[in-house]
Amino acid sequence: MKIEMKNITKAFGTNKVLEGVNFTVQSGEVHALMGENGAGKSTLMNILTGLYGDDGGEILVDGQTTHFSGPLDAERHGISFIHQEMNNFLEMSVVDNMFLNKEIKNKFGLMNENKMREQAKFYLSKLGAKIDVDKPIGSLSVGRQQMIEIAKSLMTNAKIIIMDEPTAALTENEIAQLFEIVRGLKKQGVGFIYISHRMEEIFEIADKVTVMRDGISINEYQTKDVSMKQLVKDMVGREIGDFYPDRNPKFGKVSLEVQHLSEDGVFQDVSFKVQEGEILAFSGLMGAGRTEIMRSIFGIDPHNEGKILIDGQEVHIHSPQEAIKHQIGFLTENRKDEGLILNDSLTDNIVLPSINGFVKHGLVDDKAINEFTNMLLKRLSVKAQSADVTASSLSGGNQQKVVLAKWVGSGSRVLILDEPTRGVDVGAKREIYDLMNELTDRHVAIIMISSDLPEVLGMSDKIAVVYEGKITGIVDTKSATQESVMTLATGGVKDGTRN
Amino acid sequence: MEQETKVSQTNEKKSFDFKKFISKMGPLVALIILVILVTALSPGFIQPSNLLNLLRQVSINAVIAFGMTFVILTGGIDLSVGSILALTGAVTASMLVSGMSAGLALLVGLLMGGILGFLNGVLIAYGKAAPFIATLATMTIFRGATYVFTNGNPITGTKMNNSFLFQFMGRGYLLGIPVPIFIMAIVYLILYLLLHKTTFGRKTYALGGNEQAAYIAGVKTKIVTMWIYTISGLMAALAGIILTSRLSSAQPDAGTSYEMDAIAAVVLGGTSLAGGKGRIFGTLIGALIIGTLNNGMNLLGISSFYQQIVKGIVILIAVLIDRRSSND
Ligand SMILES: Nc1ncnc2c1ncn2[C@@H]1O[C@H](COP(=O)(O)OP(=O)(O)OP(=O)(O)O)[C@@H](O)[C@H]1O
Ligand SMILES: [Mg+2]
Repeated sequence: MKIEMKNITKAFGTNKVLEGVNFTVQSGEVHALMGENGAGKSTLMNILTGLYGDDGGEILVDGQTTHFSGPLDAERHGISFIHQEMNNFLEMSVVDNMFLNKEIKNKFGLMNENKMREQAKFYLSKLGAKIDVDKPIGSLSVGRQQMIEIAKSLMTNAKIIIMDEPTAALTENEIAQLFEIVRGLKKQGVGFIYISHRMEEIFEIADKVTVMRDGISINEYQTKDVSMKQLVKDMVGREIGDFYPDRNPKFGKVSLEVQHLSEDGVFQDVSFKVQEGEILAFSGLMGAGRTEIMRSIFGIDPHNEGKILIDGQEVHIHSPQEAIKHQIGFLTENRKDEGLILNDSLTDNIVLPSINGFVKHGLVDDKAINEFTNMLLKRLSVKAQSADVTASSLSGGNQQKVVLAKWVGSGSRVLILDEPTRGVDVGAKREIYDLMNELTDRHVAIIMISSDLPEVLGMSDKIAVVYEGKITGIVDTKSATQESVMTLATGGVKDGTRN
Repeated sequence: MEQETKVSQTNEKKSFDFKKFISKMGPLVALIILVILVTALSPGFIQPSNLLNLLRQVSINAVIAFGMTFVILTGGIDLSVGSILALTGAVTASMLVSGMSAGLALLVGLLMGGILGFLNGVLIAYGKAAPFIATLATMTIFRGATYVFTNGNPITGTKMNNSFLFQFMGRGYLLGIPVPIFIMAIVYLILYLLLHKTTFGRKTYALGGNEQAAYIAGVKTKIVTMWIYTISGLMAALAGIILTSRLSSAQPDAGTSYEMDAIAAVVLGGTSLAGGKGRIFGTLIGALIIGTLNNGMNLLGISSFYQQIVKGIVILIAVLIDRRSSND
């Protein structure tokens, strides 16, 4: 099977998103699609699978002009799309999610549950995944859900599988496993369109790569013939230099100190401090409990033991409002569910934690709010038509910047960033790093949870490693290596690093 | 570093966005078309006296619907407003009949409405009851309480009907305009400011858009929720006072199914039942649409049986158009 997209154009209202994109993929190859946040990658795929109509151009399938009426139609023709944000029904079981809209029925029109269960197991085992198909899908890790998504594609006999940032939330192991599966399927003649912001992955898995910028496809390469530098240049339109800016931190007094924080069955005896101007990274495997620790500090979830001190004073935080009052900010890892109000404007989203500071004579001061949000949007170079568009209309990476803008704007002195660059392109990553530096220069203390080891090593001053709810070590970043951090993250304790 | 600002200003050429226009101005356009239509069929409609009459009829539903707008914006619903109206109306009436000063009686009546609404809020915010179920239960309880309190009989009396202030609320005129219209206008103004110009309003939208995200951003979601149901109860009580004054008596079955008209006004005005989207201006228009339909069909002599069918169809059409314009 061969899909050719020729000169595709698309505008949302007055916002021209695609202005002539060419892209080709065929059976048995992995073709990567790269580009900055908002370049139009997801939009292009939505056009291919018929979710959006195009304004111009042509789609050829095996040489025939084709137009899919929607995702289901595309699926029937062997094209399956695994979305950037998975849309599972978390309370429903794995089987029920897999067979949603494709239920197998017996002759009375009732669902044949045994058969569905059998098939679900069959396709999952093909991927080497042992998953209890009767469990609610929400109880499984994102990596597992991804696996299920692929099994679903196999079930529909997909000949081309589109993966939109599949690894954004996967652990190293899960990524290795995913690539194993992709290689296997490739041998069986399945073609892949692979969208990712992670360079290493492109070179590991893709045969070809196409770069998009500002709505046009810039270049197509054989992966083996191109350098990382060239790809970055094509994407951003200029050289960006190093991935990570230099850090010249000046530490002040201890901003936040946590002593012996515990919550039964979640995390135990967590102690650490972070100083003004410092970036303390939290590393560890997914599910190690890093997010849970931070949620507890921020007052979303409880803890049954331990102390939290701010500027040396013990504080009792029982809710996010209290945390915000103590000038703590929290960028959650899940922007769709916890970070953004998707149907609200960028302005309303950004101003929310600071709204009480914009009252004049009892009424909100819209003029000041607009200035404030426009300044932040500019500062973070958010790609949006205006501050009045809804958050839902932004690309994934730009949504992330909006969440960041909201906490930067709230004047936090301790900023907890949970996976701050997830789904963010190289150029924007660099901007976020620069911003982190700027914040620490202004004496903000930053706690950064990140599953991206190079990022942890590149951007932090100290690294706290969490394994199964416990801190197995706090190390100085200068003396840390990928290996030493991984050892701690998998439970091995290195001599002399224990704090 | 070159500053690559992507936040473009709004002075770009603006092509006409039909969908946006419909979702914003649709209800107003519908109202204008309706008014033209009714006037063509029955020229008497446009007479000032009839229009004032129409506005006065609308005022009770509008006041309730303004409060309901807040509730629906949070993704909730308040089915108990009709019962709150009846109970507070009856209590206020009995206080007046027993000779209490009108000012005090009205105050107690309003306060009681607020407390009943607050009760709904506690059940929903702290009891974590689904708004539909919680207010369905309190609707029944408050209605029952009204029957117990009134013994099933209307409350009326000379002391009540001689009270100037009380009479003024529902039957009075100011500059030739019925007082309920002024009340509606003042309430609209206050709630408009509250919704669109205060932090409370912003928090209401945030709560309806994504409760968890609002909570993490520091919104006291429970307290906001409680206040919103309190407002709704307060508005129902105010409507109850106007109605009791209009009728010069408190009926135990007053306000039955008023919640439906209020919800209809909110939805006709373009507020999404899913929460987070909508405007109080829309609710005003929605209430006027319903009022114009009622008034127009009465003028045209259409039987009340058919009126119900027409009203239902109009709501359906409005919702279908709204779905069209907000999807994709
Ligand atoms: N439904 C929509 N309505 C209006 N604008 C949209 C809509 N969907 C996408 N856009 C705009 O189209 C542009 C491209 O978005 P798209 O999601 O395709 O980017 P992307 O390349 O996938 O980015 P990312 O890497 O951040 O996921 C963005 O500027 C976005 O704001
Ligand atoms: Mg995307």
